[in-house]
Order: sequence, then C-alpha cells, then structure tokens
Amino acid sequence: MKSYLKITAAAAVLVSLGACASKPKPVETTDTAPVEVVDNTPAPQQPVTQGSVAPIAQGPAAGSLEDFRVNVGERVYFDLNGYRLDTDDQDILKRQAAWLASYPSVRILVAGNCDERGTREYNLALGERRASVVKDYLVSLGVDASRIDTISYGKERPIAAGSDEQSWALNRNGFTQLVSGTTS
Amino acid sequence: MTRFLLALAMAFSLAMGFAQPSAAQLRVVVDGSGNFKPTPLAIPDFQVNGTNTELARQIADVVRDDLESTGLFEMQNPASFIQKDLSIDVQPRFADWKIIKTDGLVVGSFEELPDGKIAVSFRLWDVYAGEVMRINGQPGRRLTTTPDNWRRIAHKIADSIYTRLTGEDPYFDTRIVYIAETGPKLNRVKRLAIMDSDGANQQYLTPGKNTVLTPRFSPSAQEITYMSYEGGRPRVYLFNIETGRQELLGNFPGMTFAPRFSRDGESVLLTEAQDGNSDLYIMNLQTRQSKRLTDNPAIDTSPSMSPDGRAIVFTSDRGGSPQLYVMNADKSPRTCPSGGRDIACRITFNKGQYSTPVWSPRGDLIAFTKQLGGKFYIGVIGIDGTGERLLTESYLDEGPDWSPNGRVIIFFRESRPGAGPQLWSIDLSGRNERRLQTQTEASDPAWSPLLQ
Repeated sequence: MKSYLKITAAAAVLVSLGACASKPKPVETTDTAPVEVVDNTPAPQQPVTQGSVAPIAQGPAAGSLEDFRVNVGERVYFDLNGYRLDTDDQDILKRQAAWLASYPSVRILVAGNCDERGTREYNLALGERRASVVKDYLVSLGVDASRIDTISYGKERPIAAGSDEQSWALNRNGFTQLVSGTTS
Repeated sequence: MTRFLLALAMAFSLAMGFAQPSAAQLRVVVDGSGNFKPTPLAIPDFQVNGTNTELARQIADVVRDDLESTGLFEMQNPASFIQKDLSIDVQPRFADWKIIKTDGLVVGSFEELPDGKIAVSFRLWDVYAGEVMRINGQPGRRLTTTPDNWRRIAHKIADSIYTRLTGEDPYFDTRIVYIAETGPKLNRVKRLAIMDSDGANQQYLTPGKNTVLTPRFSPSAQEITYMSYEGGRPRVYLFNIETGRQELLGNFPGMTFAPRFSRDGESVLLTEAQDGNSDLYIMNLQTRQSKRLTDNPAIDTSPSMSPDGRAIVFTSDRGGSPQLYVMNADKSPRTCPSGGRDIACRITFNKGQYSTPVWSPRGDLIAFTKQLGGKFYIGVIGIDGTGERLLTESYLDEGPDWSPNGRVIIFFRESRPGAGPQLWSIDLSGRNERRLQTQTEASDPAWSPLLQ
C-alpha cells in the first residue's frame, strides 16, 4: 500500500509540475484521493530482527472503476468558457483510450460540466460541447464511437461546493464515467 | 394632487409620445421617475351581507396587497378613515377622504348567495373629481365564485382597479411556475412548482426524482414546456397542469433544451445539441413537424419569438462570446443595426456577455441576463440594439421573464457567493425590486398569461 501511495504521490508531483507550465490545474480533494501519511513515531531502539517482508498490498483491481479513477484519471478540466484540450488533458485522455483498449467491453458516458458563473441554458450548450470534444478525442485515439455516450449537465452537477475560483475550475470538467463492462 | 398627477401624466405622455389622457380623471403614471410618489388609495374592509366576515376581510387584504406590490400605490391606514358609514349604494362624502389626502377610494360589499357561492361588488371613486370611475363603461363591478376560489375574485378586483388607474393591462390573476430547489449544492433536488402571482397556493408538480429545468407557460396557461433529465436523457417535455400528464416533445436524436412557446401557443421553439453543436428549431404542436432555424457551428440557444411571430431573438457565441442576435422566423435576411444585411443580426455591442433573451409581450423590448466584471445584471434593450438599460445587479441575477402586461420582470437571484437562489421581481421602470416568498429556494421563474 505504501509503495503505491509513493508512486501516486510522485505522479501527482510530476503532473502538477507539468501543469504549471501551461495553466493552473485545479486540485481535486475528495476522500478517495491518496494522502501521504508521515510516520513520526520514534525509531525503534531494540535490535532489529530479520524476517520476511509482508506481501505487496493490492492496488485497485485491474479493470475496475477504482483502477480507472486512480491510475488513469476520470476528469479533464477546461479553461473559463473554454472547450479546448491542452496537453495535460490530452495525456489523461490518451491514458483513458489505452485503458479502454485493454477493456473492450467497457462502455462510457462522457459528461460535460460547467461552473456556476454562466447562465443555465448557455451552460447546457457549453457542457455538450465539452463532452463532445472529449468524445471526439477518444475516438481519434481509436476508441469505438459506439462505446461512448455523451451528456451535458451544464451547471447542474458541481463537484466542488465553493463559490470561488478554485471550485469553479474544478467544476469546468469533462467527466468520463464507466457505465458498464468493468471488472468490479 | 390630481392636478399634479395629471400634469405629470401629460409631461410623460409628451415625452414618451403616448396619447394624452382624455378626461381630467385620476390616472397613475407607471413610468414616472425622479420625483415619483405612489398614489394614495383607501380600500376599507367590505360591507358584509352574511356571516363570513373573515373571508370578506381576507379578500380586501389580497386586493390591497396586490395593489401595494406594484409600488404605484400607497394604502391609507384604516385608522385615519373618517367616514365609517360607507355603502356601495351611496356616494361617499368626498370631503372626508380629501382631508386624509386620498386620491382613490374603493368601496366594496361581500355577499353569501343562497347557492353557497360568494359575490363581491365594488366601485372605484375619484375623490378629487368627486365621481365614480367607470370600469368597462360600468359604474362598478360584481364578481361571483365558489368560496374556495376567493383569491381569484380578489386578484380580479385588483386587476380592474390597476387597469382603470394606470391604463396598463392587468396581471394579478396569473400564476408563476418555477423550479423548487432543495438539498445540498452537490446533490440538488429540483422540482417543478407552481404558485399564484402573489405566492399563494404553492404546489409541486413533479416529485424531484429527475432534475427539471427552465419551465415556460403556454399562452393557454394549461401547459408548461420544460426540460427534464428523465431516463438520464435531457430532453424537452410538455406538461399539462390540469391532468399532470407529461409528454416528450419531438423525436430528436440529441439533447433538447431551452424550450419556449411561440406567442400564439401553436409552436415550441427549442435548441437541439448534436455532436457538440447547438442549433435552434421550431416545432409545430399540431403537425409535430420541426423546422431547423439555424445551422451554425457556434452555440445558438435560448430562442424567444416576437409577439407577432415574425422574428426570433436568441443567444449565440458565433462572435466569440455569448451575445444576443435577432433573425426573421422565415430566415429571410434582415437589415442589421450594425449595417449590412444578414440572416441573424447581432444587437448587443456593449461590454459583457448577454444571454437568456426574452421578447416583451408588447414587442418593443428584449429582457436579458448580462454578465460583466464578476456581476450579473437583468436588463432590457430595444430590438434594434438601442437603449440598453440595466434594472438589477447582484452576484447572480439570471433568467428574466415578463408579466403578461409587460410591466414587471421576474427573475432569480443568488444575492452573494454561496447563497441559494430566490425569486425576485422588478418593475420595468427600475423601481420596486421585491422578493417573492417561496417555500424552498427557487429558480427559473416563468409567468403565465392572464387566467381565463
């Protein structure tokens, strides 16, 4: 488990470094996000005894929803009023396409979401455009279009409750939801 | 006071190019600004023929509340009334009402009829002219209904008085449909709800299982068109208020949204999004044939038709940001305000983003939501893009709709970051910003036509 945490933490650092070069990436904070716990208990004073190492903790099961969420990434984030995919977004979608190639029975629903600083009907249209951009990119990477549905939620499905720039950045996203065919 | 009002009326009539009032009678000027003062009205409790004094008093209360809610009238305090022996059959002692500086006096009587119904009669007196003000040529009006329908009698009386004094069409005997919102921000429950124009008789029309948005009234008042996520697919539906029956509108492959009836009620304008592109359609409700109105790679949405059915205003970002455009319903080219001829003419050129246009029932103005510098505004603009006026401002003001007489705009507001939405109204003059009480947080209000 610990090694897995370290790897994802390192990956997160790399992703955030990469992101700095282009645009500030929103940081998603949910209870499922990996958190590195610092072990500050005193080092043992007793002599160390030799033994066998515990078996490696299992990560999410391959092909599962959790696998997709943690190891691939389920959301891409858009600029204010924007619907272009930058290189970070494209990287996430390339991982999604590769993952979907490994699990060909999985079907997805791509949802387009907007922040609350727009009017309802325009945001429904903008969300549809965002979902469509994600779908088109996945199709260009070889995912069969028949496996992908799209939906727009406009500003109806925020994932961050705040009314601030950081929350709005999180809420402007394209969300790839696995609807069927996962291993668990 | 009457002379002052008349002078005011004439000044504004000349300024606005309206016809001058023909008789030297009390007239309330709805557009007066600057030194505007509400007109003092006295509406004493009605005479009662029967036992239900409480109901008679409630009817008079609703009449007073309706009129006061316009911001045009000031209700005189009953404690100041000198004449106590008012009768609908006898001319009031005008001197007693002049002393307390009342311009208009309403005298009413309430009866319980042998068949169980109730009747209210009333006369409107011009205190300074010393004469009755005729309503539809009659020196008074009598309205009859069942006791449970008493609020509608009250609204109709208020409508008569309002119309007689202002010359404007009535709007109290109407309903408002809206979205009732409950639950936390990340898991909102949205239900279709309806209430009287004064907030009474609130009812929920859908159970909240599916998110529903943007309801709009048919001009027949018995039908609503709105968008629902039923079955996980966002599409436009018709909803019959009487029967509760819901019906999917059209057979579009993509998402349909932003519906609005044409002014004759025979069609619904809507938006369909396919492959990321939103365009406008109009569907005839009789034939169920739909016609595509726009074919542009940009977002086109929120269509609203002019009262004469000849033009459509909508939101488009074809110029790079959301702005308002006007096109002819038959797609013939128009002469644009900015010069040249085009199928669709942009009409908003000031700073900011514009959306949610709604054509006024009178045809001369378009109400909109404007977004600029972190604020949202409700405003109006001429159909040629001239005369933009902002009426409200807050953290989020969105989604205007017109009262059926085109005098009042209803919208929803989130007054500060994190505040839930509530319903508000504002007079076209920019005065009289008021909150409408709802049982829950509320958004997407729409006004019915006058009830039949």
